[in-house]
Amino acid sequence: MNRPFAAALLEPTQAVPQGLCAWNGSDPTRRLAVYRNNVLSSLIDALADLCPVVQALVGEEFFRAMAGIHVRQSPPRSPVLAHYGGDFPAFIEAFEPARSVRYLADVARLELARRRAQNAADTEGLTAERAQAALSDPQRVPELRLRWHPSVTLLRSRYAVASLWAAHQTEGEPELEHIDPDQPQSALVLRHAFEVLVLPVSPASARFIEAGLDSAALGDAVAAAMQVDAAFDLTGTLGPLLSYDALTGIELPTRNA
Amino acid sequence: MSPKLPTQAGLGLKPEHFQDVLRTRPGVGFFEVHAENYMVDGGPLHQALTRIRAEYPLSLHGVGLSLGGDSPPDEAHLDRLAKLIDRYQPAAFSEHLAWSSHGGVFFNDLLPVAYTAATLQRVCEHVDRVQERLRRTMLLENPSTYVEFSHSTLSETQFLNSVMQRTGCGLLLDVNNVHVSCVNHHRDARRYIDELALDRVGQIHLAGFTQDTDGAGDPLLIDSHGAPVDEAVWTLYAALLSRLGPVPTLLERDNDVPSLATLVGEAHRAAALLADSAPALLCAA
Repeated sequence: MNRPFAAALLEPTQAVPQGLCAWNGSDPTRRLAVYRNNVLSSLIDALADLCPVVQALVGEEFFRAMAGIHVRQSPPRSPVLAHYGGDFPAFIEAFEPARSVRYLADVARLELARRRAQNAADTEGLTAERAQAALSDPQRVPELRLRWHPSVTLLRSRYAVASLWAAHQTEGEPELEHIDPDQPQSALVLRHAFEVLVLPVSPASARFIEAGLDSAALGDAVAAAMQVDAAFDLTGTLGPLLSYDALTGIELPTRNA
Repeated sequence: MSPKLPTQAGLGLKPEHFQDVLRTRPGVGFFEVHAENYMVDGGPLHQALTRIRAEYPLSLHGVGLSLGGDSPPDEAHLDRLAKLIDRYQPAAFSEHLAWSSHGGVFFNDLLPVAYTAATLQRVCEHVDRVQERLRRTMLLENPSTYVEFSHSTLSETQFLNSVMQRTGCGLLLDVNNVHVSCVNHHRDARRYIDELALDRVGQIHLAGFTQDTDGAGDPLLIDSHGAPVDEAVWTLYAALLSRLGPVPTLLERDNDVPSLATLVGEAHRAAALLADSAPALLCAA
């Protein structure tokens, strides 16, 4: 019964559904427009809240036009708007008018990772003592698997996403002229002490973390990182991961008989 | 059995005010949150709400159940609500006489319901299911609307009264919505209130609107939650309290949110009217 009304909401060219009326006999188009505007603008607002740096990079007018197209193509499927916008980066990547800002989709990915970190479950980090105990038997170390805090995302980009994002975190006009946007960067996004952090990581560390997040054995993750940089330092990478509570466990895999 | 909301003035809780609330502990009777905003696994939102809930009673206000929808309430969404209720033990749970989802799409707006025997039956079934799943009586909020349906056969007040009578739910009387809808549909707000089963009012909402015009140039008020409460709404509210006595009252502001102090000031105005409406204590002989 709500179908014709629903169909008219996201399609401004759709005719006003039959059966709408007003006390003064006026054309209900203006009245329906209140609902159309509420739906579209509130969902664009949701994407703007999610991606403030993307909006700053392209300007509010361009952002709202772009987001409006995305809202119409991919409206939310859940009343929990904290889950909305997951396919916005892919949309931006394919959005022809935004092509000239080639790093825009990756900045959106970083902002989505920040939201994910913000809302992830609260889980105790692994203590240095437990980590040390797990690493004390050199025979077993290569077999160990890392368990990660649910807030953690590793973002690998062909662009300087972390620097571009960071430049927008200070008051006033962002200083972008010192940033080479084509400098590839990797960033670890996580939540520590109720604050979301964006931590730049070296290419070798990024390879290690990526393998670890993929449940690779520690030995294989180190080998992958050393292919990127033979001087990869496991302790130097694990230390910050532990201090930022990025890890929740280091353990042997449970073996199936 | 959960405690009732105090018959005091409360405020909608906004994340930008978390720190101020915890630092200044403002003298308001309760806080209200939109349930859907807290349907996340963890992090600072839950941390703040947990700390604030330890100090204040809580009202949980849903905006996504789509009670006026063609389909029954989403069971996964009811599960999420049940989890929040279990965690925060709110003194009240409320939702709207409206729909917000259709065909799997969530529109993030409170959309209007035609008032017919068929929609009445459906809304009652949906409210029954909510109350059964959440194991509590809910409050149903009267809507602000911008259009009417030519095939409606019941008035909005007849519809609301019937839902309350059939399901046992209470009424969240949004006085701003009464004013907005009555202006938009050229009705008398006092008569609208007179027609309601006022003994079922469990909570009152006050908010602000913005002004527009319709296709004929007549006023069209938009329930924006982005402005102070209008004097016309304060007048209706005071008249309502003189009949009902004190009722838990929430000041809502969701857009262009001012400082906490400004909102607390508005809540104090409601608190003064609530105090005036309290029956004088009988003196023991």
